[in-house]
Amino acid sequence: MELIPAGTWVEIEQVILTPEQRAPSLPEDTQRTPYVMRVSGFLVESAALGQSAAVKTLIGRELQGTLRGVNPSYTHSFGATVPELLTIGVENQP
Amino acid sequence: MTARDTSYAAVMGRKNEIMKASMGMDYEDFIASPVAFDYERMMRETGYSLDDIRRIQSETKVGSTPLFELRNITAAVRRIAGPGKGATILVKDEAANASGSFKARRASVSAFEAARKGYKGMIAATSGNYGAAVASQAAQRGLKAIIVQEVYDSRGVGQPEIVEKSRVCEAYGAEVLRLTVGPELFYVLLRTLEDTGFFNASLYTPFGVRGVETLGVEIAEQVRARYGKDPDAVVITHAGGGNLTGTARGLLEAGCTATRIVACSVDLHGLHMASDRDFNRKSFTTGHTGFGVPFATWPDRVDVPRNAARSLRYMDEYQLVTQGEVFYVTELLARLEGMERGPAGNTSLTAAVTLARQMDRDQVIVVQETEYTGAGKHQNAQLSFARENGIEVRRGDPRENVPGQRIVIPERLEQVWGAVQDMDRLRLSYLRNAAKALPVEQWSEEDYAFLGADVKKDAAWVKNALVMEK
Repeated sequence: MELIPAGTWVEIEQVILTPEQRAPSLPEDTQRTPYVMRVSGFLVESAALGQSAAVKTLIGRELQGTLRGVNPSYTHSFGATVPELLTIGVENQP
Repeated sequence: MTARDTSYAAVMGRKNEIMKASMGMDYEDFIASPVAFDYERMMRETGYSLDDIRRIQSETKVGSTPLFELRNITAAVRRIAGPGKGATILVKDEAANASGSFKARRASVSAFEAARKGYKGMIAATSGNYGAAVASQAAQRGLKAIIVQEVYDSRGVGQPEIVEKSRVCEAYGAEVLRLTVGPELFYVLLRTLEDTGFFNASLYTPFGVRGVETLGVEIAEQVRARYGKDPDAVVITHAGGGNLTGTARGLLEAGCTATRIVACSVDLHGLHMASDRDFNRKSFTTGHTGFGVPFATWPDRVDVPRNAARSLRYMDEYQLVTQGEVFYVTELLARLEGMERGPAGNTSLTAAVTLARQMDRDQVIVVQETEYTGAGKHQNAQLSFARENGIEVRRGDPRENVPGQRIVIPERLEQVWGAVQDMDRLRLSYLRNAAKALPVEQWSEEDYAFLGADVKKDAAWVKNALVMEK
């Protein structure tokens, strides 16, 4: 099993509440799922993906969870072209 | 440290003591009954004058934003308006604040107060621009920041706008707790406040709302300087109520007593705010009716004992617009005015187009915010995501819009029409909620007076409304 070295920027996941522990009177589709938190930080001690691990967040707080990713990144974008938007404005020119 | 019970029920049960410790403020001082409290005294006792707030904000790159006349959009509206109609539309470019939205005003006083009281950091539970604002203001005041965000559905999918708002908090150095869908966000907030001893930078404290007052004052000053009169109407995107409350209070403090205060939200009726499935079927994450209506009709549903944001107290009218109409107008702002701004901030611009068309040509209507734009926070990103998630997107008559199923982008400006909400229905709904907090038979004269003021009416109106209800 490959160990991720301590100090690597990683993402951990933690189940905050199981479906049974969740707040009362949730919609049924939400009630079925666990309440999950993800947070990024620097790995405190070497660990493998899927193992329990601690991270130090950007403000130096230590949090515990399951290691789920290395160098978590953002991939959101402007999306695929929506042709319906391209002609807006033209019809309002004098 | 003694081990505390961290079960949902136990933490919620400690709510009041956690809140008190995390704000250095005791709401009991102001509360008169389950309904009434001394709102004005609570706002006053923040201890900051308007000049203090301006000074605090100028230290951290907040405020004094430009007010622009939208000449080409105004001209386009005049071409479709009746004779003599078509008010001048102005926009307050709040994207110019540090962190890119008016929310910097809201976070600025909280950050100053947290630092003054010796807190090491601040926490906010928000999926909006407020997270970036708290992170940015905390960074400038040498405070740590934790942002608690609802980001993902149970598949781990977050819509682009929320993911961007998550990214930007981290960019300003905050720890971001990313959560799946659910109202337990509040539970996580309480636990984190308890674990860290940080300041609760709630959106709904007097500090947050007073920070927005400068926005109203600046609008009054800028419109007077340029047009020699008070603004005839100010349109305000409405969700939790702080934007509307703060801006209206600022306008009143500047003496704009005749200015119409218009709320505006995106119509998302039928979508459940706590539903895992509905979560990614919304193309707007705030400024919509899922917050706007419940918060107007019962403000005290928040993370503090009494909400400083009380929108019905200041609101004259409430306009609804569809997602497609906002995307259309956002695109127009770029094409006609050369300003690319985030769609959520343009909700009020959409209502302003509708209203300007009905107002006289010599009148002035102010759109009081914009927000930054970029990857994720963009109409193309939101519509592309909607389409990938099975939502129909097409041009046509926006009245055919169905939240969560179909987004209809207008074909022409004439089709941007929105819809007006019945104010008295909202006021009655508020009174019914008050009756749940305290049975009507137990309402004192003080309660009647408070409720009257809280719906921009008086005690006699409330009594009469109750008789009519029966």
